[in-house]
Amino acid sequence: MTETGGAGTPPSPPADGVAGTPVAEAEGGWTAAVRGRLTSRLSVDELLPARQPAYVGSWVYVFGVVTIAALVWVVASGCVLALMGSAWWHTSSLGHFFNSIHFWSVQMFFIFMVLHLWGQYWGAGWRDGRAKTWMVGVVIFLFSIVTAFTGYLVQQNFDSQWIAVNAKDAVNSTGLGGFFNVLNFGQMYGLHVMLLPIGVTLLVVLHILQVRSRGVVRPIGDPYVPEATAGGVTAEAGR
Amino acid sequence: MRARRPPIEKADYYRGVRMAPYDLVKELSIALVGMLVVVLLLSALLSSPDVPSATIQAWAKSDPVDFVTTAATELAGQSPTAQYGPPYNDGSGSIQGLGPIEPQQWAGVHVAVNAPLDFVLEPLAQSTTGNPSLRAALGRFDAASPAQQQKWLNAYIQALGSATLANAEVTVKSGAYGPVPILMTQLLGLARTGGLDALLLTSDHFYQTDYSKPLLFLGDGGYFSGLAQAQDLTGSQWGMMNETGRYPGQAWLWLFTLWYQVPPFTTASNADLLVVVVMTVLSLALLLIPFIPGLRDIPRWIPVHRLIWRRHYQHTG
Amino acid sequence: MNSPAPYLHWGFILISLPNLVLIAVMVALFIAALIVPFPHGAGHRGRDDDD
Repeated sequence: MTETGGAGTPPSPPADGVAGTPVAEAEGGWTAAVRGRLTSRLSVDELLPARQPAYVGSWVYVFGVVTIAALVWVVASGCVLALMGSAWWHTSSLGHFFNSIHFWSVQMFFIFMVLHLWGQYWGAGWRDGRAKTWMVGVVIFLFSIVTAFTGYLVQQNFDSQWIAVNAKDAVNSTGLGGFFNVLNFGQMYGLHVMLLPIGVTLLVVLHILQVRSRGVVRPIGDPYVPEATAGGVTAEAGR
Repeated sequence: MRARRPPIEKADYYRGVRMAPYDLVKELSIALVGMLVVVLLLSALLSSPDVPSATIQAWAKSDPVDFVTTAATELAGQSPTAQYGPPYNDGSGSIQGLGPIEPQQWAGVHVAVNAPLDFVLEPLAQSTTGNPSLRAALGRFDAASPAQQQKWLNAYIQALGSATLANAEVTVKSGAYGPVPILMTQLLGLARTGGLDALLLTSDHFYQTDYSKPLLFLGDGGYFSGLAQAQDLTGSQWGMMNETGRYPGQAWLWLFTLWYQVPPFTTASNADLLVVVVMTVLSLALLLIPFIPGLRDIPRWIPVHRLIWRRHYQHTG
Repeated sequence: MNSPAPYLHWGFILISLPNLVLIAVMVALFIAALIVPFPHGAGHRGRDDDD
């Protein structure tokens, strides 16, 4: 898909009516620069390729997508619970069923997220410029723990009460107790139902884009070796 | 301007790598359907936990002595909440610090709770309509000096240690308690109707979602922690990881709660802050593994990866 | 499911049976993922240098 535009030049949009002419990056300004980066690393072909390296053929690789699947059902069931209000599931058996879906998909989410973390750790998935992908993943993990924590607080049952009364001491000890009041249902509910899920979702999208744009890290012991010839014509092989 | 190393183009990165067809969308679809089936099965077979909340009303009915004892200590300003400190009040009973570092103190009061007023005197003051004996008792208590109030309360709290229940009324041996027994009896009566749950929540305004006051009051009593003990949720039982009933809990909190079970955290008065600091450091370490020599090399030394990529190693020799 | 869970006590470790089962299942899943062969369908066509 990419045309070889001469020694080392990134793909650039053609000038009006003159296809193939290398254009200074300044033309089109910021828009062109963003477009260039997106199309080279995040085009639909890059996001949804039909092939992967053969070394991706291991069950360890499915933990990530299974985690995403669990998250989808966490959010979907959460939407239903939010739609019907926080008291619904205590009095309706259908409501309780949706709460159960939410409860078990959260358990699945954490199980497979941790399995994914184990897999990435033992495969040292941060290599070859992927440290940020790893870091975003850890932030997702920590964010998820906080999201789950607020979730437990807004169940409006004994568990919520007990967790609130006990967690307050740890939160207060950090000085955050006045701003993050675990005894304040309204605050915890708003965080749990809106702010934190938005954060988690955005981070997960970022994480996926990072993985797709960089590709899957090579196996340990089979490192990436840059081309010895500087500025050689990029071959089309290996896509 | 520092030259940034350009990211490796995927085409370049995969040079020489054997590719194979891989259907990402199909994989996601199977994962979605499979996960839904699993979750629906678990939900249908096992349901989810929902132990009903404790109420001050239930507390007053099932353990009136504990209720009255707690209420008296609140009024005396001796309860954990009354003496807590920031963010609730100016006490110092629960302030945690690390040497000179006291973020809790520095943060100040933001969730104002005055235990004697909020938990006892205010609710009672709102219940005096048509209750002249309560009004008189309140008047007598308010008119007394703080020292006198403490004398009555201390004597009463001590007597409660051997209180008895007669016709569901808490009775203590006779002594100089002033109007305190009347106040406590009235508060107990109010609690039994559910009125105290309501007043602690909505006394300021109609709409309320902040349960700070009723929860703090509940938390000061023995009844509430007794319920938790029965569900294996207390701290010394690794409670943070646990769920009510036979449900899995929060297994991912294992390391957070583990510290509470080992010295010096078991006896430290600032254990919460210590554990928060330790877990923050460890979380940072997890975040920064790619940059930490040793930690980032373990996957090389312990070759679990030889299992992950064994086909690849077979093919490439 | 609402009756109290059995607990296992090893030294200072106290863990509920449901939590222990969950962790055991995780470890088993991870080991299985390492060992169980991944299906390689039409992967060895040989012509893998272009789409």
